[in-house]
Amino acid sequence: MVQQKQVLKLYKNLLEKAYKFDNYNFREYAKRRIHDSFKEHKSLTKPEEIAQFYNNGINNLALLTRQSTISQMYTFDKLVVEPLKQHK
Amino acid sequence: MYKSNIIVRNLHRISNNTSIKHNLSRSLATIPSTIPSTNTNSSTSSSTSSSTSTKDKISQKDSTSSGNINVVVPPSGASITLKSATRDASKFGTRPIYLDVQATTPVDPRVLDKMLQFYTGLYGNPHSSTHAYGWETDKEVEIAREYVSKVINADPKEIIFTSGATESNNMIIKGIPRFYKKTKKHIITTQTEHKCVLDSARHMQDEGFEVTYLPVNEEGLINLQDLKNSIRKDTILVSIMAVNNEIGVIQPLKEIGKICRENKVFFHTDAAQAYGKIPIDVNEMNIDALSISSHKIYGPKGLGACYIRRRPRVRLDPIITGGGQERGLRSGTLAAPLIAGFGEAARLMMLESNYDKNYIEKLSNKLKNGLLSIPSTQFNGSKNPNYQYPGCVNISFAYIEGESLLMALKDIALSSGSACTSASLEPSYVLHALGADDALAHSSIRFGIGRFTTEEEVDYVIAAINERVEFLRKMSPLWEMVQEGIDLNSIEWSGH
Ligand SMILES: Cc1ncc(COP(=O)(O)O)c(C=O)c1O
Repeated sequence: MVQQKQVLKLYKNLLEKAYKFDNYNFREYAKRRIHDSFKEHKSLTKPEEIAQFYNNGINNLALLTRQSTISQMYTFDKLVVEPLKQHK
Repeated sequence: MYKSNIIVRNLHRISNNTSIKHNLSRSLATIPSTIPSTNTNSSTSSSTSSSTSTKDKISQKDSTSSGNINVVVPPSGASITLKSATRDASKFGTRPIYLDVQATTPVDPRVLDKMLQFYTGLYGNPHSSTHAYGWETDKEVEIAREYVSKVINADPKEIIFTSGATESNNMIIKGIPRFYKKTKKHIITTQTEHKCVLDSARHMQDEGFEVTYLPVNEEGLINLQDLKNSIRKDTILVSIMAVNNEIGVIQPLKEIGKICRENKVFFHTDAAQAYGKIPIDVNEMNIDALSISSHKIYGPKGLGACYIRRRPRVRLDPIITGGGQERGLRSGTLAAPLIAGFGEAARLMMLESNYDKNYIEKLSNKLKNGLLSIPSTQFNGSKNPNYQYPGCVNISFAYIEGESLLMALKDIALSSGSACTSASLEPSYVLHALGADDALAHSSIRFGIGRFTTEEEVDYVIAAINERVEFLRKMSPLWEMVQEGIDLNSIEWSGH
């Protein structure tokens, strides 16, 4: 039985990885997709459905970990919509 | 309504109004240089070096841009310059926003994740039937084939992997008529097809076939009665694209399929821009052959497929022969990494279909409203949402040349039509086929919205286009005359 606390932790972990994408478009997509997916499945009640959603999320977490790392290894100039980090 | 921009040049030549002449030459000469240049050379840099070089880039850019400010003087009365008045460009990145998803799409990270397994461990030849390396890749290839077929409700056995939609189109348009050439001599297609279809058809004319190029109406749709009237006893193939790559119009596939089946003619559709983006069911629509491209659905480049119906059987002469792979229709070792990526991309198109559709529709409407609120603009394509793919927004900006607008938009990656013709100054043949004159065809720009486009980018594009259309029009003598209420049609132009 998946606990609510575990689901919340998964959500937080997924978003954390999403923010790590260096590529602007992939980062924004991952953030939006995770957010909307959890919102869409908010009302799941059957334990099997919750477990399936949770396990799927765990797989996606592994994928996001790999892909956000790759995104940090091959970086490109920032887009014109991206504010540059200020160097002090 | 739309007057040829060619006229602008003639006006320039014949005009004795020096201020117009001045404005014109300045507009043509200086627009590109005022745009912050994008640093294409340094597109790949490691993260460590990029963080140190960013500073350099910024200071470099500062010096060049302040140099430009001295050189470029906006035309009198212009409230804006091509440098955005509302923000400090040095505080932002330099890489353009990508709005050209009809040309190609970025590879989805989930697709790359799938492909990497094949570049690290699963390197067997899927046709090696004697050992486990072959079996494991073969299994993955067949899984991919299944995903690719599901999107169009086909049987996996009916999917043939190729190098892309260009090869698929060649294979079908040349292969089917060649197989039946003893009794059939006639092919039907449309004037607005992709170049690779038109060129294959031209090739078949050289081989003695007759080709009918159906016209389209001003929305880009064919007339079904025209199609019925064109079918002859010796017609073998009708090839009509599903979604047009320049204007995004969707042809009535189901109706076309019905007509073809009733007349026992094969129906091929080039679905490079449609596959996974609009619902396609090859059985319900009576499609006999269909071309797919992987790099238009966030998959890898260099791969595609064609669907070829098995019942009733469609036969063709293969173009590439050899080891007899892919039912003998396309020999050569299958590119397992690309196929696995393509399969994953197809799976994601199904999985994300509703989510993507709603999102793209939302951004598309926002972009359309934001751009069509500019005076003297026109949407190219169908007004009926059933016949228009929302991810492709083609708009004409009268009294501006599309190319000069594109030059003024170095910060947005756009195209004025198909990737193959946009490099030349030749106006789009697709827009011509809709009945547009040169000016309209020249002043149109295609905006492509995809899964990875953000709302922030769309907002930026709307603001940038509004600013720069206003700027370019302030320099256009034609626009000035229109504003003064002069009917351009009443003017006698000389110097032709
Ligand atoms: C309608 C259409 N057909 C065919 C192609 C060619 O596809 P590929 O690049 O896979 O050969 C394209 C892409 O440019 C297209 O838009």
